[in-house]
Amino acid sequence: MRKVLPKLFVILLILFAAIQGFAQTAAAQSDRIAKLEQQVAEAKGSADNAWMLMSAALVLLMTGPGLALFYGGLVRRKNVLSTMMQSFAMMAIVTVVWAIVGYSLAFAPGNGFIGGLQHALLRGVGAQPDADYAATIPQQTFMIYQLMFAIITPALISGAFAERMKFSAMALFMALWSLFVYAPMAHMVWGKGGILNASLGGRFPTLDFAGGTVVHITSGVSALVCAQYLGRRIGYPKELMPPHSVVLSFIGACLLWVGWFGFNAGSALAAGSLATSAFVATHFAAAAAAIGWGVAEWIRNGKPSALGSISGAVAGLVAITPASGFVGPMPALAIGLFAGVLCYFMVALVKTRFGYDDSLDAFGVHGAGGTIGALLTGVFASKVINPIFHDAQGNALSLGLFDGNSRQLLNQMIGVVIAWGLAIVGTLIILKIVDTVIGLRVPAEHEVQGLDLSQHGEEGYYWEASAL
Amino acid sequence: MTKVEAVIQPSKLDAVKDALLEIGVEGMTVLEVRGHGRQKGHTEFYRGREYSVDLLPKVKLEAVIPDELVDKAVQAIVEHARTGKIGDGKIFLSRIDEAIRIRNDERGVAAL
Repeated sequence: MRKVLPKLFVILLILFAAIQGFAQTAAAQSDRIAKLEQQVAEAKGSADNAWMLMSAALVLLMTGPGLALFYGGLVRRKNVLSTMMQSFAMMAIVTVVWAIVGYSLAFAPGNGFIGGLQHALLRGVGAQPDADYAATIPQQTFMIYQLMFAIITPALISGAFAERMKFSAMALFMALWSLFVYAPMAHMVWGKGGILNASLGGRFPTLDFAGGTVVHITSGVSALVCAQYLGRRIGYPKELMPPHSVVLSFIGACLLWVGWFGFNAGSALAAGSLATSAFVATHFAAAAAAIGWGVAEWIRNGKPSALGSISGAVAGLVAITPASGFVGPMPALAIGLFAGVLCYFMVALVKTRFGYDDSLDAFGVHGAGGTIGALLTGVFASKVINPIFHDAQGNALSLGLFDGNSRQLLNQMIGVVIAWGLAIVGTLIILKIVDTVIGLRVPAEHEVQGLDLSQHGEEGYYWEASAL
Repeated sequence: MTKVEAVIQPSKLDAVKDALLEIGVEGMTVLEVRGHGRQKGHTEFYRGREYSVDLLPKVKLEAVIPDELVDKAVQAIVEHARTGKIGDGKIFLSRIDEAIRIRNDERGVAAL
């Protein structure tokens, strides 16, 4: 016994030391693995964040100077600055409204129709991701990205009342519209608990990847309401009012095309293959639509015009917006082609037939293009591209009609109808309020003189002989 | 002194200007104008609507010259501006009461 005990003791001692050693190595290893996991997450987050910040900048570029140039070139020379100011003012006004309360109303949890005030003054919106929206980027990135959408949407409406609306009235109208039409629509489709939210369990999940309903239908339909409420421009339609610079419009349209990659591909909220898929779909739709409109013009008028081709591209971009992250490249071509032709007829035939003065075709392109895009999304959406619906076992479910899901088209229609309804009712009420408080339209002499001089005291191009 | 006003096609301006210089016309004023005589305009399309542009770009050349040069000037203009098609333009002649050179107060033909 006396000989065994010391040996046992030594063995135990060795065992004890060995276990300690293993434990330390294991602890050190799991420490290192944890650190490694964090670094990988940070690296992925970095890539996503870089892409999203870039996308946010691209979307802002769409408004300034993309839309400003596109619309600015389409109006008469005496109104070029006022038209550009309508886009630019959105960059300033909507930003402030968004920061104070707009973001919260759109994206804070609330009810099915509107968010709460938890994020008013951007409280709680910092470096921490909001996993419901985008788990790999700071919530602040998500907020600023969404802001650029909130900016361009009301700017699109200005196409309908160009050349005749008071700047002060427009500023007030846009601030109210952004709060009472845009924020609720954004909440319903993209916000937590929104009744149309397809990714977060909405009651009527509407597939809208980048804003076909939220941006284009709301702005386009609101544009029609504004055009009708304000009435036609003096001299329309007898007096001819061709664009003073198709060159500016051309530049603007190309900036819109490029910027749209941020609009659609950025809506993947990450830098992965879904962003690529949306990027490709976006580009293909624009190309097909430009051809569609161009060929339609070629057949009807004998010549394809530059203005028509670029308008066609924009129409395709509008239509692919809700579908961009759900459809493959070939359906994207089809959607673009269809939208290009449809919007051409909206603008060349329907507008003339019904006689509304939608000066810059905001309804014809965005309202109509957004509607057809939202519906075609229900046709062409595929779980192969984006498996957004799952059953209880985690299997991907069919998305669109050609995928085997005929019910989605119904949900798309519900989303479309709600967008139309909100736009019409909201816009009418806001127009009435602003008209009562400030008055919407400039007096006739100011309209004839031109808004640049009457509203802004400036001329776009100064050609006085003495200034040579 | 006679004022010669010629409304011509813009593409003919260089030829007419050079021809006038060659025959001794020393000063002229050139304006870019729009107008038409019997010439039909062209049609353009905007948003599917066809419209005709009636007022076409033209160039108006004005020169006040001594009476002796008038026939030669008219001939020079006609020769270099004519294409034989509708839209070639017109020449008008009118009498000038006085001409004054601003630099040194010279008057009459000396001022031309």
